[in-house]
Amino acid sequence: MIESTLNPADAIHDEVVLAGDHWLHLIREGQTLRIEDVEGNQAADTLFYSASDPLDRYSAGDTIRHQAALYLTTGTKLMSTRGNTLLTIVADTCGRHDTLGGACSRESNVMRYDFDRESMHACRDSFIRGLQCWSHGMGKRDITCNINFFMNVPVTPDGQLSFADGVSGPGRYVEMRAGMDVMCLISNCPQLNNPCNDFNPTPVRVLIWD
Amino acid sequence: MTELYTRELNGAGMWSRIIGRHKTLRITDLEGGANVGMLLYNATERHERYNMPDTLKGQHIFYLRAPYCVHSDMGRLFASITKDTVGWHDTVCGAGDAALAIQKYGAKTFQESRNEFHRNSRDCFLIELSKWGLGERDLVPNINWFSKVVADEEGRLSFISGHSRTGDSIDLRFEMDTLVVLNSCQHPLDPDPKYHPRPVRLEVFKSDPPAIDDPSFTVRPENARAHQSTDEFYLLSQ
Repeated sequence: MIESTLNPADAIHDEVVLAGDHWLHLIREGQTLRIEDVEGNQAADTLFYSASDPLDRYSAGDTIRHQAALYLTTGTKLMSTRGNTLLTIVADTCGRHDTLGGACSRESNVMRYDFDRESMHACRDSFIRGLQCWSHGMGKRDITCNINFFMNVPVTPDGQLSFADGVSGPGRYVEMRAGMDVMCLISNCPQLNNPCNDFNPTPVRVLIWD
Repeated sequence: MTELYTRELNGAGMWSRIIGRHKTLRITDLEGGANVGMLLYNATERHERYNMPDTLKGQHIFYLRAPYCVHSDMGRLFASITKDTVGWHDTVCGAGDAALAIQKYGAKTFQESRNEFHRNSRDCFLIELSKWGLGERDLVPNINWFSKVVADEEGRLSFISGHSRTGDSIDLRFEMDTLVVLNSCQHPLDPDPKYHPRPVRLEVFKSDPPAIDDPSFTVRPENARAHQSTDEFYLLSQ
């Protein structure tokens, strides 16, 4: 656990993202982004893209293989598909973030839960709308395997995977410094079918410092 | 099963074909220690693709083995693993790139080494994807067949050397008409300092559709629903 020395009063951007909403924002090289789990046990599904060339984007596989470890925390470099460091996590009061669990979709909710869940709002619909708003002709095809900040997806040594109760709590946050100009797309997860957000989707707060 | 096709793929070879629904692809490790990186796309709707998270969370598992399934990002199935003498296949470590190949094995150009030059999995994927109208936007975390990587309690990963042996094989029965893109480059976490990608044999067989009590259905209720959604895709479109 590494706490931040940054003061929210000095942030150049401070916004609350409601559950079920998406948030698309430019983070310039050298700026610091904080995502705060306001009420605890929320999942902030997050994608990053190079702002100048969106083909270069967050890669879960490259991030995992670079650190030879599954979970993201202070010191983790968030790697791109072209091997660039998009951002580096510099503070983290949660301790563990997931990049295996992906994002919920209406189709995967059918697969995971039942056919009657198809109508429920899901992260990949939010990602699609967020990408369309960026106006590079982007959409579903550009949804890669994302980060789930504050989500706990433990893998056991014998290879089982579970969605466990969050290790996060009210006011916990993660901070990352951008190594290049990046576009951040968050879907604040609306999932009501599993404990990734304690069955109770709540707001997250996003802050940016120069 | 009637054999339709057989081909040997050299180490660091690349291959892509469309394999029809209910045909079976067998991949055999010819020398031991092979790794086959694979990505899968719906043959007709190529925005539908292999999804590592849905494959893992749909089956509550961190690796693949028989009788588990390979899931798409649309709640459907690409393939069921119907036979498997290996028992553990990596899903999370992705593909090595040119920088990793130079760091691990040193630079070896075509100019000096002809076709012994050092290839890497990422470039192989991008080359084959381009031939089907796909590219960097379509590059997602791939399966690494034959390779075993385990995680400790803190999530630190270890590559298990010597996992797959000569003659080990897997059978994938396709449940969807699938564009299969693969290469036999080394696993990115393979600690072997030597550039030594292994050859594999690829065979395609005619096979039967799964019965309702097929282990791919019964292993998880999620797979039964994904089978149903896949069947519905063909029921409506054909």
